[in-house]
Amino acid sequence: MKKALVPAAFAACCVPLLWLGIQLLTSNLGANPIEALLDGLGYVAFVLLALTLACTPAQILLGWKWPIRIRKLLGDFCFFYACLHLLTYTVIDQGFDLRAIAKDVLNHKFIFLGISTWLLLLPLAITSTQGWQRRLGFRRWKRLHRLVYLAGGLASFHFLLRFKTPRLETVAWIGVVCALLLVRVVEAARRRARVIESP
Amino acid sequence: MRSSEITPKRLYVRRREFLKLGAGSALALSLPAFAKAKVEHGPKLAGVTANPKYALPEEKKNAFEDITTYNNFYELGTDKSDPSENAGKLQTRPWTVSVEGEVGKPRKWDIEEILKSFPIEERVYRLRCVEAWSMVIPWDGFPLADFLKKHDPTSRAKYVAFESAVQPQMPGVKGYAGIPFPYLEGLRIDEATHPLALLVVGLYGEALPNPDGAPIRLIVPWKYGFKSAKSIVRIKLQETQPQTTWNQYGGGVEYGFYANVNPEVDHPRWSQAKERRIGEFSRRKTLMFNGYPEVASLYAGMDLRKFY
Repeated sequence: MKKALVPAAFAACCVPLLWLGIQLLTSNLGANPIEALLDGLGYVAFVLLALTLACTPAQILLGWKWPIRIRKLLGDFCFFYACLHLLTYTVIDQGFDLRAIAKDVLNHKFIFLGISTWLLLLPLAITSTQGWQRRLGFRRWKRLHRLVYLAGGLASFHFLLRFKTPRLETVAWIGVVCALLLVRVVEAARRRARVIESP
Repeated sequence: MRSSEITPKRLYVRRREFLKLGAGSALALSLPAFAKAKVEHGPKLAGVTANPKYALPEEKKNAFEDITTYNNFYELGTDKSDPSENAGKLQTRPWTVSVEGEVGKPRKWDIEEILKSFPIEERVYRLRCVEAWSMVIPWDGFPLADFLKKHDPTSRAKYVAFESAVQPQMPGVKGYAGIPFPYLEGLRIDEATHPLALLVVGLYGEALPNPDGAPIRLIVPWKYGFKSAKSIVRIKLQETQPQTTWNQYGGGVEYGFYANVNPEVDHPRWSQAKERRIGEFSRRKTLMFNGYPEVASLYAGMDLRKFY
């Protein structure tokens, strides 16, 4: 049971990729498959980011320890889908027109937020291994990985700006991310209070 | 608490497996739905003649399926696939179009009368959406100018306002779509009477399918698609510039009143320099006025960066 957790989570994380791949190969992504692929990959990356952010609150609120065991896996898969999302945008959608991409990034906060999120996730993905944890020292490593909170915020706004009007679904997801971050703030405040009460 | 409400032990001990399964399937199921409903062909329109002046022989027409399953029609839902999936939620008969305001002869038309009163021609137009995709579509319709002339516009008719239908059973109207309804659009009178401006009642020689704005819609091919109001119930001629939906929304953040296709002026969230023709892989350059330079004289002396 315990042993099955990580492989099961790994398999679950592969499902969206397989599903998108099958839909693409069977021409089931509609009239604009590139847009559908871009949206699909971005969506999965966002959901995985939210799930990664949910592991600690699950421990704090529900006492579950098992999500922590798959947190690294979820984070790595989040970055994997974010990379596919970025590649789809730069290579397929924009045809690797670097000038057009640079203009998009500089002139439009929607694209700027997306790229920023990926750039924030990059060092976290690189240093997600135990080796890097040791090399940096746990405290410094932990401080670095707090960048994921910022990434969650930027990704939320990127997602919100995807549509002409704020969609209920997107707003709900942003609410989820806010709640997950709030749990940490409250927990940190409680801990500080406990330390003061019992010196 | 009844015993039936208690989780069976067998399931309880396997709860982690269930949570994992739940998380996995939630992830898979929450992917945007691309399932597209097939849209039925409408009845053939009688007496349609192709207008050779607007045949666009150099362009490849988009397939009926693409034109009817990839739409923006917020009354039927905000996803591109919603209008085709909810096509049945638009009731197109009985249908009246009211022409009012600064006209000598206001009139309430029944749609059948309109279909009988104007000779219908086929015109192949490029359609450029503000979202940087485009199609080539064989519309069937008649010039808006001919329609307006029947009502004797007065000298105070400087603008034309269009109002789209709101029906209680439309899913987008019932729920939250982010924009107020009815959908409002407008043109300056000289734009509305330009020979390119078309009232459309058909597609590929058949009655206009619901996702495309049945039974009657506007097409102004040199402007972004949202200017071409769908499922029109009211046309009002007036002296002042009408409020339009996307101009109202967020204080005109989304787009201005004119919304002419212009590769030089960016959308707030992306560049308009290029577009993806539906069915093509690489983006192509967007043409000024969507490749209809004959409208340029309408905007002589205007700063199109300011009046975008």
